[in-house]
Amino acid sequence: MAKGIWIFAEHREGKIKKLTYELLSAGRKIAEKTGEEVSALLFGKGISGLVDSLGKYGADKVYLADNEKLAKYTTDFYGKMLSELAKKNQPSVILLGCTVLGRDLAARVAQKLNTGLISDSIGLELNNGQLTFVRPIYAGKAFAKVVCPEARPIMATIRPNVFVPGQPQAGRRAEVVTVPVNLEKSDLRQIIKDVIMRSSTRPELTEAKIIVSGGRGMKGPENFKILEELADVLGAAVGASRAAVDSGWIDHSFQVGQTGKTVAPTLYIACGISGSTMHLAGMSSSKYIVAINNDPDANIFKVADYGIVGDLFEVVPVLTEECKKLLATQ
Amino acid sequence: MKIAVLLKQTFDTEAIISLDSNGQINRQGINLIINPYDEFAIEEALRIKEKHGGEVTIISVGPPEIQDAVFQALAMGADKAVMVTDDALAGTDEYGIALVISKVLGNQEFDLLLSGWRAIDDGSAQVALRVAEILGLPHVNVVTRLEIEEGKATATREIEGGYEVIEVPLPALITAQKGLNEPRYPTMKGIMQARKKPIKKLSLDELGLDTAKIHPKVKTTSYFLPTPKPEGKIIPGGPAEAARELCRLMREEAKVI
Repeated sequence: MAKGIWIFAEHREGKIKKLTYELLSAGRKIAEKTGEEVSALLFGKGISGLVDSLGKYGADKVYLADNEKLAKYTTDFYGKMLSELAKKNQPSVILLGCTVLGRDLAARVAQKLNTGLISDSIGLELNNGQLTFVRPIYAGKAFAKVVCPEARPIMATIRPNVFVPGQPQAGRRAEVVTVPVNLEKSDLRQIIKDVIMRSSTRPELTEAKIIVSGGRGMKGPENFKILEELADVLGAAVGASRAAVDSGWIDHSFQVGQTGKTVAPTLYIACGISGSTMHLAGMSSSKYIVAINNDPDANIFKVADYGIVGDLFEVVPVLTEECKKLLATQ
Repeated sequence: MKIAVLLKQTFDTEAIISLDSNGQINRQGINLIINPYDEFAIEEALRIKEKHGGEVTIISVGPPEIQDAVFQALAMGADKAVMVTDDALAGTDEYGIALVISKVLGNQEFDLLLSGWRAIDDGSAQVALRVAEILGLPHVNVVTRLEIEEGKATATREIEGGYEVIEVPLPALITAQKGLNEPRYPTMKGIMQARKKPIKKLSLDELGLDTAKIHPKVKTTSYFLPTPKPEGKIIPGGPAEAARELCRLMREEAKVI
């Protein structure tokens, strides 16, 4: 019989990602009701040092696969490892982060295991033993409650910033299960030729707690500098509306909206963004929304918690200075 | 080069979503379009065909209305299409749709499979990857640049904080992300030609599938709409004064900075 809640642990530059702790927190929430064990799957190279923190944050067990072949994520190697482990141990639930890696891995593994996958979940409930996930559809213009009644394991990807990581408990330790790595070169079809990282110290858009975003009102690419200055003071990511991306002022990877990224930060500061249905779809689940726009009738004010009707080129620099002063005195 | 493109029809991006009296998503009066990410896939297929020669086949599964989207893809320049429409498809999930598509592809010869990386309606981003898994194809996901040569695909894909360049042997699945290209509009000539292009229509029976085989693994139990937000606060005063007050509110009231 299927048993155990599994979470797939992601790490970057020798550190467990915050999202992984969020997944552990989601896993514990299910385990509290079902009495099952929570296991973390830790794949990579030179990563055994990360086991401790997984235990502190709620893993009862860590399946550790530490191998040169897993140094970089590839669909084939990671997919084979995860699906074979799951076939052998029959977990009841597998949770992954809704990240580039998590999405890529989850869909293929779900198919390998002939099971369902609930993508992009933003909530879960356990009613009468049935696990129900909440997920946005139409980029957040509506929500669906989804179940996986028969197939096992139940697989889901969970969006960042949804679950709050638990408090780490000193002295809490996970049992370590070392997983044998039987991967052949012939199992691998993806050859990673190059990895180009943007030299930004700002957080990734989908994981950021604060986002400073610009739209048509930015008037040109050079003006994004004033948003970057505010973002750097707040430790925020920079985003953009489709209008700004389509005008060629900023790369599409910064686009927030129905044909861009869906974000849910604690604070979203929209500068010179009118608030099209498409844009609102991507950001309206932000906890607090600030709008700075010189058009008092702009749609964005309908969803904003705080609005300033004014010229962003006058407002934003003062805001940056004020926030800098305030944060310096804390 | 034989290229197959997976096409999904979706609601227009500006569509306002509401629920009908049965609590289902209201489809009345909604404009239907090609999923914008699939348009990038179609455009890329056409460009590869223009460079290397070959044939572009559109594959779409859904209600009879998908014919409009299929026709538009043919008008853009695709050569032919396969449409699977069947009442028994209502309520299918990604698992079932992927099975149907792989049955269609199993009867076709192709070197490259292209698709949008996700659809803007359900956003679940798994059908294409499931198809690749069933057919045993490698894939590169969320691609913004693609080069095809001598039996391999070299694709640049988005990862968090940067890009990765990955090479896979053909046949392979590539899923398209915004930035890959600028999709063309159908020309009048394209629309005229599209009328003569073959569209093969198939039912589940004809594919050798029955409802039991595509029984959904996941089920939606209910839908709901976001709760409207209470009206926000417009901060009065000149730019400097308002900015100072905003800073104070973010700190003391919302406690977000």
